[in-house]
Amino acid sequence: MKYRSRLSAVAILVASTVVSITGALTGVAQAAEPIKVGEINHYKRMAAFAGPYKNGIELALEEINAQGGVLERPLEFIFRDDQGKPGEAIKIAEELVSRDEVVMLTGTILSNIGLALSSFAAEKKVVYLASEPLADALVWEAGNDYTFRLRASTYMQAAMLAEEAAKTDAVTYATIAPNYAYGKDAVAAFKKALTALRPDVEFVAEQWPALFKIDAGAEAQAIERAKPDAIFNVTFGGDLAKFVREGTTRGLFDGRNVYGLLTGEPEYLEPLADEAPVGWTVTGYPWYDFESGANKVFVDAYMERFDDSPKIGSLVGYMTAQSIAAAIKRAGSTEMESIREAFIGLEVDTPVGSIVFRSQDHQATMGAFVGTTALQDGAGVMVDWTYKEGANYLPSDEEVAAMRPASQ
Amino acid sequence: MGLFIAQLLTGLANAATLFLVASGLSLIFGVTRIVNFAHGSFYMLGAFVGYSLMQVLPGAIGFWASVLLSGLIVGLIGVVVEMLVLRPVYKAPELFQLVATFGVILVIQDLALMIWGAEDLLGPRAPGLKGVVRIMGEPVPLYDLALIAMTPFVLFALWYLIARTRLGVLVRAATQDREMVAALGVNQAWLFTGVFFLGAALAGLGGAIQLPKGGADLLMDFNILAAIFVVVVIGGMGSLPGAYIAAVLISVLNVFGVSYLPQSTLVLMFVVMAVVLTIRPYGLLGREEVAGEHGQVGEPDRPIKPAGVRARVIVGIGLLLLLALPMADSHFLVILATDIIIFALFAASLHFLLGLGGLVSFGHAAFFGAGAYVAALLVSHANAPMELAFLLAPVGAGMAALIIGWLCLRLTGVYFAMLTLALAQLLWSLVFQWDEFTGGDDGLVNIWPAKWLSEANSYFYFTAIVGVGGIILLRHMAHSPFGFALRAARDSQRQAEATGIDTKRVQWMAFTVAGVLAGVAGGLFVFSKGSVFPNELEIAKSFDGLIVVFLGGVKTLSGGVVGAASLELVKDYLTRFEYWRLALGLLIIFVVIVAPTGIVGSLRSLLERVRGSST
Repeated sequence: MKYRSRLSAVAILVASTVVSITGALTGVAQAAEPIKVGEINHYKRMAAFAGPYKNGIELALEEINAQGGVLERPLEFIFRDDQGKPGEAIKIAEELVSRDEVVMLTGTILSNIGLALSSFAAEKKVVYLASEPLADALVWEAGNDYTFRLRASTYMQAAMLAEEAAKTDAVTYATIAPNYAYGKDAVAAFKKALTALRPDVEFVAEQWPALFKIDAGAEAQAIERAKPDAIFNVTFGGDLAKFVREGTTRGLFDGRNVYGLLTGEPEYLEPLADEAPVGWTVTGYPWYDFESGANKVFVDAYMERFDDSPKIGSLVGYMTAQSIAAAIKRAGSTEMESIREAFIGLEVDTPVGSIVFRSQDHQATMGAFVGTTALQDGAGVMVDWTYKEGANYLPSDEEVAAMRPASQ
Repeated sequence: MGLFIAQLLTGLANAATLFLVASGLSLIFGVTRIVNFAHGSFYMLGAFVGYSLMQVLPGAIGFWASVLLSGLIVGLIGVVVEMLVLRPVYKAPELFQLVATFGVILVIQDLALMIWGAEDLLGPRAPGLKGVVRIMGEPVPLYDLALIAMTPFVLFALWYLIARTRLGVLVRAATQDREMVAALGVNQAWLFTGVFFLGAALAGLGGAIQLPKGGADLLMDFNILAAIFVVVVIGGMGSLPGAYIAAVLISVLNVFGVSYLPQSTLVLMFVVMAVVLTIRPYGLLGREEVAGEHGQVGEPDRPIKPAGVRARVIVGIGLLLLLALPMADSHFLVILATDIIIFALFAASLHFLLGLGGLVSFGHAAFFGAGAYVAALLVSHANAPMELAFLLAPVGAGMAALIIGWLCLRLTGVYFAMLTLALAQLLWSLVFQWDEFTGGDDGLVNIWPAKWLSEANSYFYFTAIVGVGGIILLRHMAHSPFGFALRAARDSQRQAEATGIDTKRVQWMAFTVAGVLAGVAGGLFVFSKGSVFPNELEIAKSFDGLIVVFLGGVKTLSGGVVGAASLELVKDYLTRFEYWRLALGLLIIFVVIVAPTGIVGSLRSLLERVRGSST
């Protein structure tokens, strides 16, 4: 093994020398060289989410390159697995930037890794498009000049649900959220948005199961004990499945309004099959319901290409590649600094409509689909859904400016 | 009152799975002395296999047949693992087998992903037990009642097997004294295989039986691992009734914790374990380990000696090459080398404790994390300059080690290991939970080095000097009187005491020294990455350290460093491939089998054989 590791060390050394030499030689003839983008994700740790996301990127890349690429060069993504560890992600980022000479970085689902990469981006002056991580801090408290975020954040999605909740006469609320940053952010955002609209509401129970270790029976009993009018749910994945099953068995959801953050996303709804909750107000992605328009075009292209239905991750992946292509096109060069400037205020035409990367906080105005869950043919779906523009669910510019650290 | 009873019943139902899985772990440990990290993987396999069987076998009979069959199938998988992976390494140093089981975890993770795919599978409900009954007005699921009723039968069956059958007599005898059982002509190999079958089958059963309350997913293996270790330790290693009591205790307390202290979900279990171990150091029903029994298995440690001239020259040249690395003009190579040096220092500090002190700590990441967080907190809250924050990192880690060491050193062996794990986990949850101060799992970001070190090359030199310096310091200490006293305490506490060595104090000092140097590594880490997150002090990080120390060779001086460097390099290469966990797992198992004394130990034996000289 020692021998092997030495061998691989030597191999790496040789390879890197070769790369640097050939890089120097071919510097002149770069016209046909692909433009490379570094994509870092948790391909193993969160395989169910990262897979469809990667498919989305590949679909977009095929379309972009079929039309001649960007700046007359093909666009290429280098996909790397970070094992779900922030430290590892930083190491890979260093490698992508220095050895693979990528023009910018993107990726990650987990917020903490997104935050680590965004800090790296600011320090090393590398553009980073946070595609999927939802943490509000990414563009606000920990925001910086080099980080942009595509997806509608925790705050935006929670505010959309709070708006729906405010329309009902429910007064007492219970919340259940995984005991980590995303869960806490979501509950705080929902509380803030709801109490702003309805000062009379009261939060009577807050449950914090450990992420992916929920004791669903106990949580259901604890919520039942508080007898709330409505429940705000942030659990997802396996936790959600267990919570829904125990809650349904014990009649927890009978006669109560339930609001589920992300619950309507196919990633979470599909595994529940015929046990999907009915009548919950959720954010999600009703790909099965589009009749026409850009959304439909994307869904059809995706199903044709992968013989599988798209997830929300697929849409985000697709839009990530679109946004990056648009930014490079607008920059007119692959210089890091011009790409950064191009991202500010960048408008992109996407399946969900036109989105803008806001200049005040680098948050894109991608919205979310809000609807009610129902059962159709033994599968959970969203009905009566609407697409809510992200731009309408962000705090005022003054609030944003107060949260963001002073721009360098 | 109704709610109280309903909650009690929920707790009892939850205890069923926990007890099944933990009892298997307890049995395996009791007889084979193997700390089976792969036990969670058997549990996960039980869930997946059960799920697949339930798709094919219809009705109530099909459901229960599937549960039993999953136990059987997973038991057989356990047998395969035992015969192929563990049998070749029973003679290796104590606890070395845990490295092999770690390899098994990686292999099973990727195989499960290949077979069952990435999506979570929702378990089918038990036919005929889908409803609820009302007990004093509170709904109680029927399946919960079935689980509650079933567990005592399993406990009784196991108790009967152990207490009333010939096999049980052998198992109990082997638990107390393996050598004696072997001397009496019992085929140990098959006894071990049999116990492994039973243990794995129980884990498989546990996985299948929880399907109606959950499902099967790829994170199950690690998610249950900490909990079952806690149950086994609280109950007393090797005690089945103890495991049952502990499983009930943990589950019931957890249900009430969820209701009355919702934020407690992360720590409750570890607090209970720390309290129980403080009052009853060997668990509720465990017995004190017989001194010497678990001491040194296999070849005794060789006396260490300072490196010869030739070795010094070779290492010196190696160091010069290392320092010349930035001239290779590869930015990434420098970054990779920085990472490796930091990890090697962390591993060397653990190795100091493990190899020289014989103190197996399962929570060493606590000090790495403590160092990293002390530095990061000073920078983010006090705006401290990097230099000061870096200097204070080992101080903070050392203080943590001083306290944790004092608490843990009252125990020995596996109980010591588990208490270090529990306290490390407490520290982790403190960091994780206290968002306002530590940033929670969003971590602390923008912790970059001072201007003069901001270039990758200069930071590399800084890391090389501090890191290599730390490693040399540890090596130097091994040859100092302190190192001699430490080894004396490891090899024979009684004799060491008799010669006037205050063994506890020496071990306490060693624990603190190891903590300080892990803190240095943590400090180096945080400034090289610019951020720190709670995962730097979680269990997986401690395990990473253990793996490389054993892989490198626990009974050699350079084992930690060599193991760390090799594994990091291999990992950096393998993670570029899709099924890297499978490849890495197989590689680890391969190394474990061909080099049962670790890389350095086996190379040394090989070299000696080639030269034809003996010690």
